[in-house]
Amino acid sequence: MTTTYGVLSEGLEKRFGEVRALRGLDLAVPQGTVCGILGPNGAGKTTAVRLLTTLLRPDAGSARVAGRDLVREAAAVRRAIGVTGQYASVDGDLTGRQNLRLFARLHRVRGPAGRADDLLARFGLAEAADRAASTYSGGMRRRLDLAASLIRRPEVLFLDEPTTGLDPASRNDIWDAVRELKQDGTTVLLTTQYLEEADRLADDIALMERGRVAETGSPAHLKALIGSYAEVVVADRGALAQAAAVLDRLTGAEPSFDHDRGSVGAVTRDSTLTLPRLVRELDTAGVPLLDASLKPPTLDDVFLRLTGERHDSDDHNRHGDHNGHGDPGDRDGKEMAA
Amino acid sequence: MSALAYDGTAMLGRQLLRVRNNPALVILTQTMPITMLLFFGYVFGSALAMPGAEYRSFLVPGLLVAIAANGIMTGMFQAAQDVHRGVTDRLRTLPISRAAVPLGQAAADVLVTAAGTVPFLLVGLAVGWRVDGSAAGAAGAVGLLLLFRFACTWAGIFLGLLSRSEEAAGQLGSATFMLPLLSNAYIPTDNLPGWLRTLAEWNPLSAVTTALRDLFGNAPVPEGAAWPVAHPVAGSLAWCAVLIAVFAPLAVRRHGHPGA
Repeated sequence: MTTTYGVLSEGLEKRFGEVRALRGLDLAVPQGTVCGILGPNGAGKTTAVRLLTTLLRPDAGSARVAGRDLVREAAAVRRAIGVTGQYASVDGDLTGRQNLRLFARLHRVRGPAGRADDLLARFGLAEAADRAASTYSGGMRRRLDLAASLIRRPEVLFLDEPTTGLDPASRNDIWDAVRELKQDGTTVLLTTQYLEEADRLADDIALMERGRVAETGSPAHLKALIGSYAEVVVADRGALAQAAAVLDRLTGAEPSFDHDRGSVGAVTRDSTLTLPRLVRELDTAGVPLLDASLKPPTLDDVFLRLTGERHDSDDHNRHGDHNGHGDPGDRDGKEMAA
Repeated sequence: MSALAYDGTAMLGRQLLRVRNNPALVILTQTMPITMLLFFGYVFGSALAMPGAEYRSFLVPGLLVAIAANGIMTGMFQAAQDVHRGVTDRLRTLPISRAAVPLGQAAADVLVTAAGTVPFLLVGLAVGWRVDGSAAGAAGAVGLLLLFRFACTWAGIFLGLLSRSEEAAGQLGSATFMLPLLSNAYIPTDNLPGWLRTLAEWNPLSAVTTALRDLFGNAPVPEGAAWPVAHPVAGSLAWCAVLIAVFAPLAVRRHGHPGA
């Protein structure tokens, strides 16, 4: 059986003056799946979405969205897509109800008033329906934006950073809506800076860097590229070298030390290495073990490793990257505040 | 109904809803020319050689045209707001007629102006302005005024679509107030030095103002003026045609393809 693609692009290029925003974007998003486009600011995520939603014309390359040619069948593409994002917004001067009725009318929906009421109810906006959208909270506003994209069930839905700046409860609302859409067979392409978001929602992730897709695959596949991180804490600093030798033998990777904590760690791509085996081997070697862990990487690790980007404040080494494991809440908090 | 008419009507409806949701803004916009009529009419009117009542009759058509020229400012501001708040981009991703959005905006703007001009004219009547010409002439004057507003709004929409920010649009748009100063809207141009008189008379506002004064029967067409002022109705229609022919296609194109 051949795969049908919601989005299929080959070599899309876009330049703005001297800046090459997209340098050959290849994307293949099978119909009915969720694709997360992940990348640092300036990687070209938004330009990619703007091209694929007909807001910009590509300088080179081609793409089909919902089976229609992006350039030659732009009108047909527009009939098949929904767009919600930072930049594609409803009218703040109109009420929620007025907005949805307007968009329903523009979509040639029979009974625009009824459709608007349905969507208001579905997205928990019935009570606020007659207030100006500009008075809505961030979460309500985003739900209204999403509702406006779903006036007609789109074949492909584009979400550009749909949860940026939202509180966790509002984020969950949007995530639930995306999952529902996927169940209904809608193809979803979402850009995000939140790795957790991509991890939870996306079937496939396209990691963008400097205008092209640097790596693509399922979250599990991307994590496997990085490998797990084995770390050992010893009771006696003198035993660090001994522990390192064991790690070296098991992982084949260069161990890194943290003398203050009395720990040593190493990356392993060996999927047969388990925590019991690690502990057994260390014990057999007579290492005075205080603590041992074997952690799968987060998408943060993938992201940092593959894009080579480091946070300004991040003076940790490879080992430090793994501190992200223990405290995802804190990481999210920082990103939300940014 | 064609797609353009259908979508354009929907977009017109949107603009009227914005006015209904936020009437204070429109009311504020309409009080400005009334205030100017009272200030100019009584303060300047007392200082000019022309008798005050006569000056106020002379001033009413000029201020009407200044109101119409404000279509540049309003058009710019609304278009810039839509661009920078993401509304334009959402509309661009919809399967609708590309011309419908600016057309709906311009048409709604004309309707709002038509309604907003009524209180101004009532105040005009109260301070001594009269329709001294025929009813047909007066109807023609109103039609011409609204056509000029329509043309100015298209220019504004195009400039607004180009603007870098809402603030920039607001600042540039407010420069519109200078246009009537360089025309015969507030003062006769007869006594201006030669080059300044030429400049003022080739200002589109001068032709429309003169046409309104002529059609309302408030003041005769001045002697020896530049062509658009000497033939004010034809001149005004020509100016409107030029403005619309230039700016409507530019605005529609720009709306369809932002920065390529």
